[in-house]
Amino acid sequence: MAQRIDVKDLNIYYGAFKAVEGVSMAVEARSVTAFIGPSGCGKSTVLRTLNRMHEVIPGARVEGVVEMSGRNLYGKDVDPVAVRRTIGMVFQRPNPFPTMSIADNVAAGLRLNGERNKKRLAESVERSLRGANLWNEVKDRLDKPGAGLSGGQQQRLCIARAIAVEPQVLLMDEPCSALDPISTLAIEDLIEELKANFTIVIVTHNMQQAARVSDKTAFFNLAATGKPGKLIEMGETTKIFSNPVEKATEDYISGRFG
Amino acid sequence: MTTETPTAAPFQGGLVVRSGSRVLKDRIATVLVYLAFALAMVPLIWIMWTVVANGWDLLLSAGWWTHSQRNILPEQVGGGAYHAIYGTVVQAIICAVIAVPLGVFTAIYLVEYGRGRLARVVSFMVDILTGIPSIVAALFIYAVWVTTFGFHRVAFAVSLSLVLLMIPVVVRSTEEMLKLVPNELREASYALGVPKWKTIAQIVVPTALGGIVTGIMLGLARVMGETAPLLILGPYAAGIATDLFNGPMAALPTLIRENFGQPDPASQARMWASALTLILIVLVLNIAGRFVARFSGVKK
Repeated sequence: MAQRIDVKDLNIYYGAFKAVEGVSMAVEARSVTAFIGPSGCGKSTVLRTLNRMHEVIPGARVEGVVEMSGRNLYGKDVDPVAVRRTIGMVFQRPNPFPTMSIADNVAAGLRLNGERNKKRLAESVERSLRGANLWNEVKDRLDKPGAGLSGGQQQRLCIARAIAVEPQVLLMDEPCSALDPISTLAIEDLIEELKANFTIVIVTHNMQQAARVSDKTAFFNLAATGKPGKLIEMGETTKIFSNPVEKATEDYISGRFG
Repeated sequence: MTTETPTAAPFQGGLVVRSGSRVLKDRIATVLVYLAFALAMVPLIWIMWTVVANGWDLLLSAGWWTHSQRNILPEQVGGGAYHAIYGTVVQAIICAVIAVPLGVFTAIYLVEYGRGRLARVVSFMVDILTGIPSIVAALFIYAVWVTTFGFHRVAFAVSLSLVLLMIPVVVRSTEEMLKLVPNELREASYALGVPKWKTIAQIVVPTALGGIVTGIMLGLARVMGETAPLLILGPYAAGIATDLFNGPMAALPTLIRENFGQPDPASQARMWASALTLILIVLVLNIAGRFVARFSGVKK
């Protein structure tokens, strides 16, 4: 498990609008990479192109190469559905399936992909919930609706659901922005643990969070509204936050704008 | 030297001044709203009262729910409405069997797949279908079924014209329910590597199921009371008929019409009782629809 991702000369469009321009970066396996930058700079857009969720939006398209361990995810013969099975995603707002119980939510990925074996599904549910630090809180009410949990628990349920399909990479799109500080801490601890088995990319508006959880940080910015977003600088998190190369990065992390 | 702290006068700025004209306008609006509500309720209560008062007795009489009108003369008391209830229910079921899949799949196309010109055309066609008077739908089926193919006027043809009336109701209600399903759920499913069709079948439709079923029930309730297709395509039969493709079959609206205008009290009582029966069936469907909506789909 866990593979690296290399992005080369990525341009992302919504229809005729160029949202992101010329992004090249390397995401190391078994590490946490944080995307930071002001609103509208394209960091979530770049994240969504990594597992081809971007193209769910009508008119969206991509130029360039996204490679996972040397294989171009945008190759002609690559099935986007298969890409998403390998690269999971956790969203900004917790979104458990409202028709399903806690256990069914976690099992959803495997079950909808054809797994029928009850024993294997139950094992996967327990393993994933343990992996998401949620097992002890919900083990007595696995058949209760997932939507009945608190916001932080729901988000950990969504993480359990994402890791249940055993992806190589886990993408997180501002996973804590709808949560209180205690739940945020729980998720950040979880990210630290998940790093051992997954490659994690996290988008965050919270710079302290990026500094706390990530090994590498990528700073995105845009010249002006309506202009495409660009990757300004990427490097070790400690370096980006202490001694960045670019002036814009320093201005942003020191709170001078954004 | 002492600095003088200015003692501010207590804030008065319009907090206690009641605007007389605003209070008056508020009263007038309140009275008008309640009046409109009361006026709207008058015909409803009036209808219910008339129908229940005139039809209740016969509903409780022996044989109303089990017998037909076979060999019962207009002036004769007796018989039942079983034949007409059977006809109405069966025609509605046949209609639903055809209209529900068509309507639900059309709605899924419009919400989940439809882009550009084709979707706009389909949506526009559904709008047109919504506006078609029931007698026009009946005449169209007559033109196809009887004039073109030379078949007889039978219950199945009635169901076909009811299909035309039910499809737009099902499409529109299903569409609204599917649109209410948050996009985040679709994305969550895609992100697990679930294909689009499976996402729709296993996530989107189950989430919207309660509302879809309610819409179908309301659509059924509507077509059950349709009379024009019966007048054009569904001749009345006094006995119990079960053949959809052969011979006349009774339905509640035609049973009402059959007894309308007869001078004798027995027929008039039958007319009111049939009307009450129809209202009750529609009511039961509505309640069932709400019940299903509450206990299916989204878990609370």
